[in-house]
Amino acid sequence: MADKPPILEALGVNKRFGNTIALKDATFVCQPGSIHALVGENGAGKSTLIKIVAGVVSADSGMIKIDGNVSTVTSPSQAAQQGILPVFQELSLLPELTIAENIFISNAPQNRLGIINRKRLKQSAEALFADLGLDQIDPTSLVKEIPLAQRQLVEIAKAVSHDPKVLILDEGTSALAVQDVKIVFEFIRRMRDQGRSVIFISHRMSEVEEIADMLTIFRDGEDVGSFPMGSISHEEMVQLMIGRKLEQVFPPKPAPGKPRTPILEVENLSWEPTLHSISLSVGKGEIVGLGGLDGQGQAELLFALFGVLRGVHGTVRIHGQEVNIKTPSAATNKSNRIALIPEDRKTEGLILPMSVGDNSIMAIIDRLINHFGLVNNQKERSTIQQMIEQMQVKVSSPRTPVRSLSGGNQQKVVIGKWLLTDAQIYLLHDPTRGIDVGTKQEIYQLIRNLADKETGILFFSTELSELVGLCDRVLVLYEGRIFRELTGSDINETNIVAAALGLQQTKQPVTPQEI
Amino acid sequence: MAATQTARMQTTPAMPRLRRFALRHYRVIIAYVILFALLAITISLNDRFFTPPVITSTVNQSMTLIFAGVAQTTVVITGGIDLSVGSIISMSNSLASATFLDTDNTLNIILVVALVLVVATLAGLINGLIVVYGRLQPIIVTLATASIYSGIALYLRPRPGGYVPSVYADLLTKRAGQLLPETLFGENPVGISAFFESLTNTIPMSLILLIIVLLVIWIPFRRSQLGMWVYAIGNNEAASYMSGVNVKLAKISAYTLSGLLAGLAGLFLTAQTQSGGADTGAIFTLQSIAVVVLGGTSLFGGSGGIAGTVAAAVALRLIPTILFFARINPLQQPLWEGAVILLAVSAGASRIFMVRNRLDTMR
Repeated sequence: MADKPPILEALGVNKRFGNTIALKDATFVCQPGSIHALVGENGAGKSTLIKIVAGVVSADSGMIKIDGNVSTVTSPSQAAQQGILPVFQELSLLPELTIAENIFISNAPQNRLGIINRKRLKQSAEALFADLGLDQIDPTSLVKEIPLAQRQLVEIAKAVSHDPKVLILDEGTSALAVQDVKIVFEFIRRMRDQGRSVIFISHRMSEVEEIADMLTIFRDGEDVGSFPMGSISHEEMVQLMIGRKLEQVFPPKPAPGKPRTPILEVENLSWEPTLHSISLSVGKGEIVGLGGLDGQGQAELLFALFGVLRGVHGTVRIHGQEVNIKTPSAATNKSNRIALIPEDRKTEGLILPMSVGDNSIMAIIDRLINHFGLVNNQKERSTIQQMIEQMQVKVSSPRTPVRSLSGGNQQKVVIGKWLLTDAQIYLLHDPTRGIDVGTKQEIYQLIRNLADKETGILFFSTELSELVGLCDRVLVLYEGRIFRELTGSDINETNIVAAALGLQQTKQPVTPQEI
Repeated sequence: MAATQTARMQTTPAMPRLRRFALRHYRVIIAYVILFALLAITISLNDRFFTPPVITSTVNQSMTLIFAGVAQTTVVITGGIDLSVGSIISMSNSLASATFLDTDNTLNIILVVALVLVVATLAGLINGLIVVYGRLQPIIVTLATASIYSGIALYLRPRPGGYVPSVYADLLTKRAGQLLPETLFGENPVGISAFFESLTNTIPMSLILLIIVLLVIWIPFRRSQLGMWVYAIGNNEAASYMSGVNVKLAKISAYTLSGLLAGLAGLFLTAQTQSGGADTGAIFTLQSIAVVVLGGTSLFGGSGGIAGTVAAAVALRLIPTILFFARINPLQQPLWEGAVILLAVSAGASRIFMVRNRLDTMR
């Protein structure tokens, strides 16, 4: 059998954006019928390469070949016709349209007069979902009516509907919890078995190791190596990605000693129908993890504590004093000093067109005011400088709009902004989503340093390894209740997953013989 | 598949259809509640409201605003705005009154109507082309072209007046029965013929015109791929582009359709007033925006439709009728119109009080 040509090749591609070199003589070759992981830090050029391949931006020089033929694709729809289907990091769904309309937006079934056949539209969507094992999604729902994880699945289904030769998932699983990732992996594998290829971009190394056949690593706009999966170790992979040795990913945990003084205590907190009589406490210097499947009330719990929700019942105490927090401004005031680092940095964490400096002092501007009610310039400048240095934000000037920073650096600004408030309780909402390993490590260290300053940290993460590696205690939520509390050596992936699925703790540990 | 079964997925329970409909369209429902409330007031003030002449005049008074509102809706759905709707109406009105010959000749009428519609459509097309290829903000583009189209209207008709054939005016403003030969249903009709006689005697021609326009122009557009795209780009232009939507075509077609519909508004206004003037359409720009919002279409684009716009337009035009029957000084008309708009928009926003996650009110 003659060797088939690679299904997709990018040869010696260069791309500049202004002064930034995004790609430097980058080469990437994807074989048919393989799952090919593309990894690298934020800003390594992965997304740029994908955008070039998908016809969103054009390369300055270099060549793209599809099925051995030189490609002349100049728009996303042309790329789709060639069978190159990207699913981008930013969701591309239209919230006010139905799921079926979204999937068939560019190729809806029409009659001879050009009128869309609604019945066939719905049937096609149902058939597609059935094929992908997603029959629980109603294609007549509006996209805004379904949860984020389902939207991500719809997004992937939409790409699959174009019968792709190469499906590209750019952080396609970053918003998904473990059980939904399984569904996605299930059909990625099925696509490969049909002879199609999948390019898989993810910062979750465990996922890459689980799913990929091939691995290409990018660093600073160059490809630094391609390997069959399993031929290099985890450490080598990470080293190639960040260009240096990554020491310990997680900072060491303090030894569990005497009981800590609680800084935050919650008793019987409810927000029907999502949260049911939640009781917990966070001690001084403690990092308490919140785990569980997607949508079990973790986010709502943080919002409830921060005063965003209406109609919350229960008692909350800070330093033993009962508090009644009804608004975010009450949560952040001088006596309560709570900070919430939100999940979506682009909408809730930052004001993108404003500068790094303005964003970082946003929450503390009232403390920088002089006698005349004006902002004290010198204080402002030194505060901003302090934040940039402490967080190691890579930015040429504090006046740079935050929009032009990479994802990891944006997240540093979000965290830095809340560090400046000098809070005593930090509520973290998935703070490392979509961030590269190097930056993640810095952020973990930062969180630990914060805890060591006698603050209390409630840390909600969708990533199991973070809960295991960083937290002193983990609370697993299931259907709006705390299902299990894990401490010390009980904090491991197996226990968290079991509790997340609502499985009762087995009395007897299962011995190897029984399996 | 075993793995799929174990991989549990959070499912949203299917919402009952009626509840889902109400949640999706509550703003439109509010527009109809207001319309029926105002209708109830009108009827309570005037027991002869349900007579063919009164119904016809009420429908006729609403018709120009309905067309203007539908024109505005197509553009607002894309996330844009068309400040030239009123000027295109003025231009169409002036052009018609300037080109009608002093005769009831049918060919002359057809040619004038065709000319006006072509010019109005071109005006809309120009708006769309500048917005798309000039990459300029719709609000500033249409503000400028509004001025240009008003200027053309002034050139065509420096002083109000002109001749409008009464055949043409009657065709659009009378009741269907009045235009049919009196002997069509027999001298003293009974049974089916009697039913049809009373039906045609009640139905205003303008309503028939509106239904034809909606059936021939709006519904095919809304239900085509292009119509879906117009909503898509109002939701998120970049995401639409990435999904293979022809953003330029969708935008241009929305502005062009707006021009055509504004031209129809101008033609109707010509029949209703039986004269022409260069500033007759001016009030319709802001009123069309008001009825779009009142009818539940978001000014941010991407959602809504004409069902609410039509209800809102009729509701707004009922206000002068109510003031007349209630013997309130007609000079207070703007005051009451403003009050109704404010009330309606507040009712639409009242859902905020039911939102339990405060962030949802800002999304």
